[in-house]
Amino acid sequence: MSLATNTPARPSALREFWYYFRENRGAVFGLIVFGAFLVIAALAPWIAPHDPTMQYREYTLVPPVWQEGGSWTFPLGTDPLGRDMLSRLIVGARFSFFVGIVVVTIASAGGIIIGLIAGFAPRWVDTLIMRLMDIVLAFPSLLLALVLVAVLGPSLTNAMIAIAIVLQPHYVRLTRASVMAERQKDYVTSARVAGAGLFRLMFVTVLPNCLAPIIVQAALSFSTAILDAAALGFLGMGAQPPTPEWGTMLAEAREFILRAWWVVTFPGIAILITVLAINLMGDGLRDALDPKLKRS
Amino acid sequence: MTQTPVMSASHLARHYSVGGGLFSKPQTLRALQDMDFELYAGKTLAVVGESGCGKSTLARVVTMIEEPTKGTLTLDGKPITPAEWGAFRQAVQIVFQDPYGSLNPRQRIGQILMEPLVINCPKMSKQDKEAKARQMLEMVGLRPEHFDRYPHMFSGGQRQRIAVARALMLDPKVLVLDEPVSALDLSIQSSILNLLIDLQERLGLAYLFISHDLSVVRHVADDVIVMYLGRAVEKGTKDAVFDAPKHPYTQALLSATPIADPEAEKHRIKLTGELPSPLNVPVGCAFAPRCWKATDKCRAERPELTGSDHLSACYYG
Repeated sequence: MSLATNTPARPSALREFWYYFRENRGAVFGLIVFGAFLVIAALAPWIAPHDPTMQYREYTLVPPVWQEGGSWTFPLGTDPLGRDMLSRLIVGARFSFFVGIVVVTIASAGGIIIGLIAGFAPRWVDTLIMRLMDIVLAFPSLLLALVLVAVLGPSLTNAMIAIAIVLQPHYVRLTRASVMAERQKDYVTSARVAGAGLFRLMFVTVLPNCLAPIIVQAALSFSTAILDAAALGFLGMGAQPPTPEWGTMLAEAREFILRAWWVVTFPGIAILITVLAINLMGDGLRDALDPKLKRS
Repeated sequence: MTQTPVMSASHLARHYSVGGGLFSKPQTLRALQDMDFELYAGKTLAVVGESGCGKSTLARVVTMIEEPTKGTLTLDGKPITPAEWGAFRQAVQIVFQDPYGSLNPRQRIGQILMEPLVINCPKMSKQDKEAKARQMLEMVGLRPEHFDRYPHMFSGGQRQRIAVARALMLDPKVLVLDEPVSALDLSIQSSILNLLIDLQERLGLAYLFISHDLSVVRHVADDVIVMYLGRAVEKGTKDAVFDAPKHPYTQALLSATPIADPEAEKHRIKLTGELPSPLNVPVGCAFAPRCWKATDKCRAERPELTGSDHLSACYYG
């Protein structure tokens, strides 16, 4: 029958991904918010109404525009040094995204590779790697990051490296666990019978089947990275003032929480919305990437 | 038989070392011992036995997933050593029992079928690979539009067809079928078996058919090996083994197969006890503790597989 051979071409991978991603409304919402933040971060210097480090000495702690005493010059008010909150938040988006992306990339790339090795290696190598990771996990994560930054010297770059090292064991464990589970399955054996080498088995056969939990972990640790960077900034070990990093802003404004609510609330809300959007997106990503959840 | 065997095995054994913690000595699990067999083109050798008797270990050793501890495997007269596995891989392929675990859920059917070619024939053009995969898809009775689908969109029987197609992509000479139909519905079983028989006739394949289902074996086999606790206890042509079983274990197994005739007389031999632990194999005949014919001689000394055409490892069979 000619009908059977005349089937429509299958949709491109991207379109298919979008079709399944669209099903999850929360994920689409997350993606939109994430995209908006990304645009803001990319265009920050052109969008921001003021220079984020410019101190307007006569306008310290001006409330936001809708409150008594607020003005359109500073829509979200100013901080104790008279710097425009809105401009600082917009430019701060850059730093937060930068921290998140760099940390997640380093931690996940390293963690996935080490986890794959641990999953495939002979038992003693596996034991060695996992005990090392246990040692890293046994430290309170912030304390370890703090020690690392103290050794490397306080700066945003070093803070990112430290956070990446602290987050890495989670990826290693997650990857190793799913590799161990997948390795037992017959399709891996049949790939071996077909002659697949170790690298092919690791990266082509097994890894794609382990990605779903890793993607969710990446989304979650994106927010952890932002929060940890903020915490390090608060302790004077991360981004140095006057860098308008959200976490550092939050920390700097702590003593004004009762007098001027906006100096702490807005950076907090910025972090909250970003983290929430990323988590929602991560969820949708997992649903769309897992073929077992697809309907035929 | 004047034909030369495609593959032959002599004294094949596979031992595992188990346990061996901090305070205990590792024990040796003898999963497979002293297996001899020959596979001929176009013929099916069936291996039967209850679970835990080493059938799947045999499959893993024959497909070069695991090294034999002892013994040799030869393919076309050339001995296979672990160092040369790569060169022999293409000639021996396997179909697994569980069609739900044997296909990579992230690959489309086309990718699954082309993977063996991607690995082994880097010179082949992409069009040729795809053409061959599509041709194979048709050969196992699937439709061309299935090429771009994912495994989860198929039923168990269709998945098993895909697994067979993948195994045939490299034009193997030997196909190991590790309980290929026991996970399937009875109605699907026969269609897969007929497909396998049909492919064997067309491609001249040698099958090593592993099963615990005697009625399936009766349907497909030319020769039969009955295994008990890692050893062959009876070996012969299908007719000889099914019509005149010599070993008491074979007799017991055969008496347990249902006969679709309510009038037929049934002499069900009931075996008591369990398969002994392969960690602690009895000194004499491994079957002696469950055998109704067992004597002191059986318990003291292990009978060898003897006979010319129809071999059996029993003093009284």
